[in-house]
Amino acid sequence: VERWVMMLQGGNLAQVQHVVLILSGKGGVGKSTLTTELALALRHSGKKVGILDVDLCGPSIPRMLSVGKPEVHQCDLGWVPVYTDAQKSLALMSIGFLLEDPDEAVVWRGPKKTALIGQFVSDVAWGELDVLLVDTPPGTSDEHLAVLENLKKQHKVDGAILITTPQAVSTGDVRREITFCKKTGLRILGIVENMSGFVCPHCSECSNIFSKGGGEELAKLTGSVYLGSVPLDPLLTTSIEEGKDFIQTFPDSATFSAINSIAQTLLTSIQNP
Amino acid sequence: MADIPSDAPQHCPGTASEQAGKTSACQGCPNQNLCSSGATKAPDPAIEEIAEKMLTVKHKILVLSGKGGVGKSTFSAHLAHALASDATKEVALLDVDICGPSIPRIMGLEGEQVHQSGSGWSPVYVEDNLAVMSIGFLLSSPDDAVIWRGPKKNGMIKQFLRDVDWGELDYLIVDTPPGTSDEHLSIVQYLSSARIDGAVIITTPQEVSLQDVRKEIRFCQKVQLPIIGVVENMSGFVCPKCKNTSQIFPPTTGGAERMCEEMNLTLLGRVPLDPRIGKSCDEGKSFLTEVPDSPAAAAYHSIVQSIQAYCLSHVPREESAG
Repeated sequence: VERWVMMLQGGNLAQVQHVVLILSGKGGVGKSTLTTELALALRHSGKKVGILDVDLCGPSIPRMLSVGKPEVHQCDLGWVPVYTDAQKSLALMSIGFLLEDPDEAVVWRGPKKTALIGQFVSDVAWGELDVLLVDTPPGTSDEHLAVLENLKKQHKVDGAILITTPQAVSTGDVRREITFCKKTGLRILGIVENMSGFVCPHCSECSNIFSKGGGEELAKLTGSVYLGSVPLDPLLTTSIEEGKDFIQTFPDSATFSAINSIAQTLLTSIQNP
Repeated sequence: MADIPSDAPQHCPGTASEQAGKTSACQGCPNQNLCSSGATKAPDPAIEEIAEKMLTVKHKILVLSGKGGVGKSTFSAHLAHALASDATKEVALLDVDICGPSIPRIMGLEGEQVHQSGSGWSPVYVEDNLAVMSIGFLLSSPDDAVIWRGPKKNGMIKQFLRDVDWGELDYLIVDTPPGTSDEHLSIVQYLSSARIDGAVIITTPQEVSLQDVRKEIRFCQKVQLPIIGVVENMSGFVCPKCKNTSQIFPPTTGGAERMCEEMNLTLLGRVPLDPRIGKSCDEGKSFLTEVPDSPAAAAYHSIVQSIQAYCLSHVPREESAG
């Protein structure tokens, strides 16, 4: 009975403590990678985490978490998310699960995407979660408006983290995403600079492949919090490719340290708004 | 075209839908009579207008990916520069990434504005023979966000194709955003009566990219858009100090090469990661002019030559016989 009462009164997000959007504006900066890594870091520190992947055209999270192509079931409260482990500490819902053929393109126009995202937001039976991370595609369009509108209906969005890479071509797009946040009243929890320098594994020389400093400058320019930077690390990219838990495999790496620091800052920020 | 007019109610089925004008949501909509009469399901007259406009454009190339951040805009810009290095050729670059228009910066045209003349919108010229159009030129500030839903983005793309005074062109290159959505459907539909030579697909070596790129390839096959070939970008990094190569974006499933074999496509080439490429883009300069002797520049030139050869050899029978 309690489940039904909760559902009727608060919906499927009633027992989700915090919801954070991962945005960029720019494609390919590492939104999905960092959503996955932050989720793993938060789980590592004892939190129950969920990931909602609303990138309908390019859903990357299932591969990154090595969940393959599981069957998605409905329960009386809605869709049951896919759990990555028996302890159910990390839950995931992605359109990747609903496609018959993984190579099938989702060639939908805006209205259809909006409708599905509405369902994803309200009809997944997340149960109890400390944090729900929402991974988004690049841009400021249908998906972003849909996810935000639906989350707001349930009074459930703490804010957004914005991901950028250091170069101007990236920060240029992220500036527009910041405007999107301001216009829609979405709190900016902070900016993360990804692909921040590459340390050659052979000689330790640091190369700024995608330039340098843009993330911090962007934070200063727009009055946002700078959450930190994550380096370009082939160990991370390989781990993500193979759907492995980078944090379990490389707990002593500088990369994990960077990610963990960002996760902890994020947690503090949402627990003490 | 599933257009939803700006004065439509919520749950509008779209003017081109079978249910147009007939659903319960249509009651009271000012367009209801028009929709139920079937007039809105007639082909968009803009398609013929655009086809007419495109008669003076010899070759049209789309640059697609599916995956974000693989270097579509970087590639489109340098393809345009390379083709325009032949002063006898007229080249234009159209940026239909409405939400994240990078082309103005990459082409060194930030702050430029579009002018309207009697013959339509004037594109912005980088060189005498290289014209560019992007929504970036219509925005007044680098902070302006274009928060548009699909139908409005489609309208903009229609205007770009129909109302820009391109003049006579040898090449029109169209840079697209990642995904398989409104922008991609619109470009293909609006150009459906004009011949598109084909698409160049950009990817990076790792499976996370290829996963999305295969969907884009399926999209091309679905809409019968020929694929000129695939470019594998960010293909390895040579440390400037010790000269060892690192696979930062590892080809764990065989990279673009295996994907091309499996899908029977041409691998046009591989471009290595070079920090000077990103730097050139940020500064609005052509990497091909800034660092002409680099392996990346050589890779670009070879790829461009293959694309040119494709365009010149794939002329439809009607044209070559005439």
